[in-house]
Amino acid sequence: MAGWIGTVDRRTLGRWAWNGAAGVALGFILLPLVFVTWLAFFEQAIPAFPPRGYSLKWFAAIAENQKFVDGFWLSLQVAVVAMVIGLLIGVPAALCLTRYRFAGREPLGNLLLLPLVVPGIVLGTTLYVFHVEATIWTGWPILGSIGALVAGHILLVVPWSVRLVSASLAGVDRTVEEAAQNLGAPPLTTFFRVTLPAIRPGIVAAGLFGFVVSFGNLEMSLFLVGAGRTTLPITILQYLEWRIDPTIAAVSVLQILLIGAAMIVTDRFVRLSRVV
Amino acid sequence: MARLELEALSKHFGHTVAVREVSLSVGDGEFVVLLGPSGCGKTTTLRMIAGFVTPTGGRVRLGAEDVTALPPWKRNTGMVFQSYALFPHLTVAQNVAFGLEMRSVPRPEIAPRVVEALRLVRLEGLSERLPRQLSGGQQQRVALARALVIRPDVLLLDEPLSNLDAKLRETVRVEIRELQRQLAITTVMVTHDQEEALIMADRLVVMSDGAVRQVGTQQELYERPADRFVAGFVGRSNLLPGTVIGPGQFETAGGIAVACTTDGAPGPAVMALRPERLVLGPAVSTLVNRVSGTVELIGYLGAYIDVHVRLTSGDRIVVSQPNRADGQTPKEGDIVEVGWSREAAVVVPDEDAARPQT
Repeated sequence: MAGWIGTVDRRTLGRWAWNGAAGVALGFILLPLVFVTWLAFFEQAIPAFPPRGYSLKWFAAIAENQKFVDGFWLSLQVAVVAMVIGLLIGVPAALCLTRYRFAGREPLGNLLLLPLVVPGIVLGTTLYVFHVEATIWTGWPILGSIGALVAGHILLVVPWSVRLVSASLAGVDRTVEEAAQNLGAPPLTTFFRVTLPAIRPGIVAAGLFGFVVSFGNLEMSLFLVGAGRTTLPITILQYLEWRIDPTIAAVSVLQILLIGAAMIVTDRFVRLSRVV
Repeated sequence: MARLELEALSKHFGHTVAVREVSLSVGDGEFVVLLGPSGCGKTTTLRMIAGFVTPTGGRVRLGAEDVTALPPWKRNTGMVFQSYALFPHLTVAQNVAFGLEMRSVPRPEIAPRVVEALRLVRLEGLSERLPRQLSGGQQQRVALARALVIRPDVLLLDEPLSNLDAKLRETVRVEIRELQRQLAITTVMVTHDQEEALIMADRLVVMSDGAVRQVGTQQELYERPADRFVAGFVGRSNLLPGTVIGPGQFETAGGIAVACTTDGAPGPAVMALRPERLVLGPAVSTLVNRVSGTVELIGYLGAYIDVHVRLTSGDRIVVSQPNRADGQTPKEGDIVEVGWSREAAVVVPDEDAARPQT
């Protein structure tokens, strides 16, 4: 009898410990977000606790600051274009890597994942030097161009799309594709009618991650933006050099809301918890 | 529906031979089963008929057409896969309609044909379900309806029953057989389950090591096995190696002289004795072949009783007796006399002895 109570107690204790650890971890992740959000509503320009009062004026300040507005639009455009092109490269690459056995398959797979491993600063510097050389060699205005910036961001998206789409493809039953062919579907029809629907969650997740990674990228973009053209993270950094008022916090809140909204919308199409 | 002809069909993977010159003719509306242990090349043969595997030699003819070089999507075959391979994101009706859409069947014609196909497999009410909402048996029937609705020249079944539980398998195999007869559709099935094969087939093809060992009806395979492998694989046999002495005369390696019906050339061979053709007890006295031995083991199987007898020659054989209420079953340790008729002793070539040991 005593033993039975003992096991129940131990089990309950274990569950408490588990929940407690999860709670601490979650708090650790959420606390900065909470503080940033709180700060965005402070009334005074120099952040100090406790706040003197609350105000929405910092949000209004963003809209009045053309640099933030321009930076936001540039980041959004770059992220969307990089995401789309990154998927157009990543999905076929993942197909080849998972479906065919060819010489150099593994090195190629690793090469496509490399941008994930190389630090952003290194990637940025390398691309910068490359753009300088390319501009000299070709005489084209490559350095600091929007095309060069997007190309750099595509490098950030590709590893995510290759990785996530490969993972979905590995779970696709090949005999289902054979069944489609047996019923008269040529390979391309088979891909669009059978394979693509099966890997759609992976593609959506890859797109989301690619977008988020591109939108928030600072280190690499620092080297790639041209004069008078800055992405949102760079605008924030430049603003911070001179001021520390809660405008930055307000911008961060908007960014968190945007990405959060993207995740919620994505989750309506595919359960993110099932693919990531 | 059409005839299916395989002409010296072969498949080599590098140095391994998966299928060795298989020739087979399947008549219009006939149900042929490829039977053999795993790795015997039966599935590769089926996949060559469907076009998923490119043969390294030989031809596949479907009706009047040589389809050897055609890709799967240009051959009119309907295949039921072992895993059913239903499209997980499509409903039952959409799964069945897929092949019709691929054939550009006009839309108003598709719906009634889908309904008809689902009625054939008794799934009318489930057309809007997704595959994951169905039981294994229902999924199997959707796969069958999907393959039948396109009116294929030949229906290909790849171990279609192996994922069903034993009870369901017994009813489904009869259902498939009746449906196949009713539609008179040329069918090739692959299985390793000989009971399934015997019940469903018009004709069987026994394969091993990539080659056809024997083609024939159930009775032909059972009564006149072509070689040692078939004798051992189809039904049960006591296999006693020995030598053919002359016409109708065989001597086992243990020294038992047997009267049999062989007209084979003298030389090494194997005698196959079906357990149920062996006789114990007083009835033995009328038989030409009689050997005494000791009962070593009794296997009680309900309808039958297996009596394992160690003969004086040292060979051990199994005698299967019907379990009759009045029957007298020997006990372990009894000395008994085993007898069999001239016809019961089937002498087959010993291909294992003839082939060099690998």
